[in-house]
Amino acid sequence: MRIDPMAQGPVLRLSGITKRFGGLIANDGISLSLARGEVVALLGENGAGKTTLMNILFGHYTADAGTVEVMGQTLPPGQPGAALKAGVGMVHQHFTLADNLTVLDNVLLGTRPLLSLSSGRSAARARLAQLAQDFGLAVNPDARVATLSVGERQRVEILKALYRDARILILDEPTAVLTPQEADALFDTLRRMTQQGLSVIFISHKLHEVMAISSRVLVLRHGRLVGETATAQTDRHQLATLMVGAEITAPAPAKARPGATLLKLDKVSTARQGNRPGLEQITMELRAGQILGLAGVSGNGQGALADLLCGLDSPTEGSLTIAGTTPQAWSPRAALDHRIGRIPEDRHKTGTIADFTLTENAVLESYAAGGGWMNWRAARAATAGIIDKYDIRCPGPDTRIRLLSGGNMQKLILGRVLETTPRIILANQPVRGLDIGAVTYVQEQLIAARDAGAAILLISEDLDEILSLSDSIRVISQGRLSPDFPRGTKTPTELGQWMAGQGFDHAA
Amino acid sequence: MTELIDILLSASFWAAILRIASPLIFATMGELICERAGVLNLGIEGIMVFGAFAGWVTIYAGGPLWLGVAVAFGAGALFGALHGLLTIPFGLSQHVVGLGITMLATAAAYYAYRLALPEVTNPPRITPFQPLHIPVLSDIPWFGQALFSQTALTWAGFAVTGLTALILYRTPLGLALRAAGENPQAVEAQGLSVTALRMGAVITGSGLMAVGGAFLTMSAFSSFFFEMVNGRGWICIALVVFGAWKPGKALLGALLFAGFDALQIRLQQTGLGQVVPYQVFLMIPYLLSILALIAMSRRAEVPAALMTPFNRGDR
Repeated sequence: MRIDPMAQGPVLRLSGITKRFGGLIANDGISLSLARGEVVALLGENGAGKTTLMNILFGHYTADAGTVEVMGQTLPPGQPGAALKAGVGMVHQHFTLADNLTVLDNVLLGTRPLLSLSSGRSAARARLAQLAQDFGLAVNPDARVATLSVGERQRVEILKALYRDARILILDEPTAVLTPQEADALFDTLRRMTQQGLSVIFISHKLHEVMAISSRVLVLRHGRLVGETATAQTDRHQLATLMVGAEITAPAPAKARPGATLLKLDKVSTARQGNRPGLEQITMELRAGQILGLAGVSGNGQGALADLLCGLDSPTEGSLTIAGTTPQAWSPRAALDHRIGRIPEDRHKTGTIADFTLTENAVLESYAAGGGWMNWRAARAATAGIIDKYDIRCPGPDTRIRLLSGGNMQKLILGRVLETTPRIILANQPVRGLDIGAVTYVQEQLIAARDAGAAILLISEDLDEILSLSDSIRVISQGRLSPDFPRGTKTPTELGQWMAGQGFDHAA
Repeated sequence: MTELIDILLSASFWAAILRIASPLIFATMGELICERAGVLNLGIEGIMVFGAFAGWVTIYAGGPLWLGVAVAFGAGALFGALHGLLTIPFGLSQHVVGLGITMLATAAAYYAYRLALPEVTNPPRITPFQPLHIPVLSDIPWFGQALFSQTALTWAGFAVTGLTALILYRTPLGLALRAAGENPQAVEAQGLSVTALRMGAVITGSGLMAVGGAFLTMSAFSSFFFEMVNGRGWICIALVVFGAWKPGKALLGALLFAGFDALQIRLQQTGLGQVVPYQVFLMIPYLLSILALIAMSRRAEVPAALMTPFNRGDR
């Protein structure tokens, strides 16, 4: 039985929130309200302004215009303490936990007057245990946060909010870091919370989650509220269109016309590194105008193959041939000189330097061309070109890249690679963590590069992605490589068997 | 060898350890509080110099001893406030600001000394803190002389250590301070002010550093002269690392360093001192400290946000 949620008036009302960062409008006059016991999903692509809006609500940022009302009371801007007191709790995407403290201490932090003499731990411990039981959030209160898994840390974040009697809980991309099982457990917790009258704002760009958990959906695009609807009256397709602002069609590559062999590995092995398997006698060819999809369970030698092609690792045996020539010395520089373009697996750790500007990041692989001097004028012009051509949302080429969303960061990396018209492209998890619009964009660009004659090795753990993009597929398992399966010759189930390691013995 | 045993058995050796350790204990606790909140305070050396002067000049002008301590604390706190203002709300480099504060405070102390005493060549003496006679304990043969012949300021140093540990680990304030040094975002998200916490830590910590300096003039040497702090501040920075940012272990480190120092002074006067240049003995405490530092601090957990300025609303 449900009472009309708006009957008692909204528990939260945002009116006309506007926020600018430099030249970028992150939020443009956004208003929303939230009823008791309701889950509202805030849907939008990366960089649409969802997190900014919630940071204003919670008081991390001060809005340029607009007000926040909780239970009819206007919150003073820029004071998380006031938001907490009013019953707003926030689970940040990047957790705000002190690693060196215990779970209990993290929960207690800031809940007691600073000058009181007792820490109040024993009463808090009992209360925490009760909350954990009520909401299904089991976690050891005396464990140090540093020792917890990501899923456990999220539970601590939720407990922190519940401990402070939050009536409104904001969850920023809560499932991005969870396994599917952990996400199910989270949804279970959210349902228990709404049954007890809590209201939830659920930020996501994953449509199936939004459909599963929310009662109402608000869609943000480019900092504007572009749609508001009851979840029951919409569907994934409609939401996706609203979110991106255009009809989304999955890229369907035309039939490939493979050309000359650009990369040839002949019985190549590489050394094992710690837990990571090396390559074991792999033989493969990669031809111009072809996307070769490499499927496999994570940690089965994808990293070793990627490092080999990047020049970070050299064969211990076997030979590597690029466009008919065998490189003498193999190094990252040599790989670049042989026109291998690289989209690394982790765009934050190895793809970009966070505190460098877009321009500096864009020339990371070509800065040496100027003969010892940097030509910043040319570099900035080229970067401006990439920003324009690849539709990178940012204030400009002098912005530090850490301020960009994942999708925009990836677009810069993509532009950096494609503008050199590489012969071979190593695309390692190119769309991991991106929203639909960015995924489609990156995939279309890869197909276009293929059609222009590049040889592409696509490494992905997402079998659907492999199946939709690849002209032929190989499976990697324990450092061994399956035969080449041309497009359409293997079903997902058959590939799954190869991924589990079946079939390799008689194939070798 | 017998000479070494003689040294170790002499009560004055153990008394010297406590005396040498005292200024280090105050200043180390001060630095530890700053660093636990996430601020490296390299102003320590200069703040100690100024504290030594401020304490001395108060007594020289006729003030009571404890007023000298309070004035030193207040002067240190003022330099701490300047350091904090520049590094916390303004977010400037903690290295640059800290070294700048050290130069400023040192120069200010020397300048003020010259202003106060333009003509003097021999540093005038004051009547310092006297050893505290503790009934019964001070009268125990050997032990009384070795351990219970210290001034009240030394005992205050131990008390400050205990109090620091108590506040850090047993109060909500200490919890918030430790969190500010580990993840300021966590503090902010729980509705507390990172700026206020860090400012408070740096001001209090700097005050303690100045008291450490004041110990030199008010309990150890009875007069103020240039170069008297002589790198003790830098030692305290190392002691914080040695102590893995824990008050008890840092206290142990201060005592250990003082032990090496007391030992080398006495070794200079033995037969060995005739053969080996005295500079070698002077190196001993530092060499042993480096070795101890390497051995002790390998697993130490640095406060994760140490030296990271926190800007609200920064993305």
